[in-house]
Amino acid sequence: MKRDDPLSDPRAVEAIRRRLVEVAGPLEVPATFMEVCGTHTHAIARAGLRELLPPRVRLISGPGCPVCVTPIDYLDRAEALAALPDVILCTFGDLMRVPSSRGNLEQARAAGADVRVVYSARDALPIAREHPGARVVFLAVGFETTMPTIAAAMDEAEQTGVDNFLLLCGSKLIEPPLRALVQDETVEVHGFLLPGHVSVIIGSDAYLFLADEFALPSVVVGFTPVDVMSGVEELLRQRVSAEAEVSNLYARAVRPEGNPAARELLERFFEPADTKWRGLGSIPGSGLELREEWRHRDAGRIAVEVPPPREPEGCRCGEVLRGGIDPPECPLFAGPCTPEQPVGACMVSSEGTCAAWFRHARPENRS
Amino acid sequence: MCLAIPMQLVERQELEGTVELGGVRRAVGLALCPEAEVGNFLLIHAGYAIGVVDEEEARETLALLEQVIDDMEEP
Repeated sequence: MKRDDPLSDPRAVEAIRRRLVEVAGPLEVPATFMEVCGTHTHAIARAGLRELLPPRVRLISGPGCPVCVTPIDYLDRAEALAALPDVILCTFGDLMRVPSSRGNLEQARAAGADVRVVYSARDALPIAREHPGARVVFLAVGFETTMPTIAAAMDEAEQTGVDNFLLLCGSKLIEPPLRALVQDETVEVHGFLLPGHVSVIIGSDAYLFLADEFALPSVVVGFTPVDVMSGVEELLRQRVSAEAEVSNLYARAVRPEGNPAARELLERFFEPADTKWRGLGSIPGSGLELREEWRHRDAGRIAVEVPPPREPEGCRCGEVLRGGIDPPECPLFAGPCTPEQPVGACMVSSEGTCAAWFRHARPENRS
Repeated sequence: MCLAIPMQLVERQELEGTVELGGVRRAVGLALCPEAEVGNFLLIHAGYAIGVVDEEEARETLALLEQVIDDMEEP
C-alpha cells in the first residue's frame, strides 16, 4: 500500500477492525447497517471490508446507484428519442449499456442513432451550439450530487441563448427512499452509512429526521477504507449505547448546511415530483422535474411512441436494491447475468451491487 | 456515479477554473463554488467543483489516523 495514502493504510484499517470487535462486544442481537451510495458499495467490495466485520454485524447495500434505480421505461423513452432524426442524445457513459426493454443505447448508436457520451452536462452545450437545427437531449440521471451540475449547465444555456439544450429528467432524491425503507416492514435496518457526496450538497442536517422521527443511528462518511470502517464503528457505538444521532465523519467535505450555492441553483430550475424507482416503485416527491417556466426544455414532453416496458425475466435487481437479498441469491447472478452480458441494471454500472459483488466478492476473484 | 475527486485550483477567471492533480490539469465550472480561491482543494464531479475541502478538517483526520496507527503499534 502506498505510504502517501494513509486513508487506505491497512494498519489503520486493522486498528479499526480490532476496535470494532471491542465495540460490538455487548451487542445482543445482530446489527444490520445499510449504505446508500454506489461509490460506497464499490469501495466496500474492492477493499473486502464486509469480511472484516465482527460476526454479528452485517452491511447491506441500498438504492444508492442512480443508474440501477432508473426504471426501464426511462431507458425506453431515451431510446425512442434517440431514434428521432433531429435528436442528438447526450449521456453519461454509465447509461450506455443499461438494458432497456429491447436493447440498450450502445446498440441504438450502432443502429445509427446519434448518441454521444459526455463527461459533464456542460459538454452538451458546444454540441448544441454546433447543431442549431437539432434538439440536444441530455439524460439527467443522478442524485443531489449530480443534479446541481446539470442545473449549472441549464443556467449557462439560458444565459448564452442555447435554446436547443433539453433534459430528460430521471433524477432522484435521497430522503424519500430512506423514509420508504425505514417504514418498509420487510427491510430490517439499524442504521445508515450516508452518502458522502450527496451530503456535500444537501448537508448533514438533512438527515436529522432519521434520529428525530425514527430513532435510527446514521453517519456521513467518505470513501476510503478508513472512512467506511470508522463509520461502521460509529453506527455500532450508537446502536450499543441505544443512541441515535447524525454523526459527520466526513467534515473535511461536508458542512451541516451543505452547499448553499448549489442548492439555490437546483431550486431555481427544478421542483420535487413523484418518480418511479426500480425495486421501490413510485415514491411521492422523490424525483426532480423542471419548473413550469423551464418546461420548454423538458424532453419528456416530446411526443414519441414508447413501446410498453418489458422487465427481464427472473431478474431480482428490485430486491437487491432494497437490501432484501444479496446478489448471489438471484438465480441469474454470475450465470446468465455478468458484467459482460448484463441482464439487470445492478450488474451494469461498476457501482451496481451485483457488479461489485461479481468483481470483488466471489471467492475465485480474490487475490 | 457520485464519485468526486479532490483537485487543487490553480487558476480562475470568473466562474471558470483550472484544477490540477498530479500534473493533470482540467477545466472546471465554478458556478457551484463561487467562493473558491486559488490554492483551495475542490471536489470535482462531472465537470464542476461541488465543494471546497476544509484543509483543517483534513489535517485533523490525518492526525487522528496517525494516532490510531501509533496506538496499535505500541507493544
